[in-house]
Amino acid sequence: MKASVTVTLKPGILDTQGQAVRHALLSMNGRQITDVRVGKLIEIELDEDDEVAAMKIVTKMCDKLLANPVTEDYDIKLLK
Amino acid sequence: MKFAIIEFPGSNCDHDCHYAITGALGHQAEYVWYQENSLAGFDIVILPGGFSYGDYLRAGAIARFSPVMDAVTKFANEGGPVLGICNGFQILTEAGLLPGALMRNVSMKFVCKNIYIKTETSDSFLTHDIDKGEVLGVPVAHMEGRYVADQNTLESLEDDDRVLFRYCDPSGQPSDKTNPNGSIDNIAGVVSAGRNVAGMMPHPERVCEEIIGGVDGLKIFQSMISYLATV
Repeated sequence: MKASVTVTLKPGILDTQGQAVRHALLSMNGRQITDVRVGKLIEIELDEDDEVAAMKIVTKMCDKLLANPVTEDYDIKLLK
Repeated sequence: MKFAIIEFPGSNCDHDCHYAITGALGHQAEYVWYQENSLAGFDIVILPGGFSYGDYLRAGAIARFSPVMDAVTKFANEGGPVLGICNGFQILTEAGLLPGALMRNVSMKFVCKNIYIKTETSDSFLTHDIDKGEVLGVPVAHMEGRYVADQNTLESLEDDDRVLFRYCDPSGQPSDKTNPNGSIDNIAGVVSAGRNVAGMMPHPERVCEEIIGGVDGLKIFQSMISYLATV
């Protein structure tokens, strides 16, 4: 099984990288752009066929390492 | 007094810390490799600055899982004093030994310059010999130094007198202009609820001799030594 983890900054946390990308997009004439936030995509291959078990393993990984609970949220998608 | 200086792959201020303690102050210090699992015999632990594990994922996030961090956590939980400087501060927040987090500087640039910090409390092992309100000239050198914490955490830091230093001008006035990284409320250093784990972004080990530009950092090392003599 493969897990796809998206890590994003919590709402309200200033995303300096997103701001820099937004400025670059604006200079490309992308005037419709009102906000940009940059996150991370982490793909994990697991030797586990059971979805419930896989979700449990990846959730623990997110809580302990992949996301910082002070500043980040995460979303897990399991792909067969 | 015997200091442990933890070395992770990518630590680069370890020798400066060692020199400040042994060369400038004449106390004992030993390097402790990240794969060690005991801190027996040490009085105080320093996590120095650097770029442990290349800052991959988040600064400090991976170092926190090093074998030595179990020993650091045990040492801290038993009341032992632990100081994290710069990357060391980032590791201590990632390990949950200090509240909040350190994020990319608002400027999106690496900031390396001499700045001033105002001492906010004398009630810590780090500021034991320093008067409240005293301004110290100490350099910063970091990419991820913007301190963030939620409102409840900030209130408890303020209410419990746990902010150690704030970025300020030479007269001690904090402002946006004197804030090198966008830290909330100009916070440059904090101490844990138990008052034995401290973190700061500025580098005191870099100002321990007049010949390299100042000695204000010595006051911080001297504080730790005189605090230890009282316990």
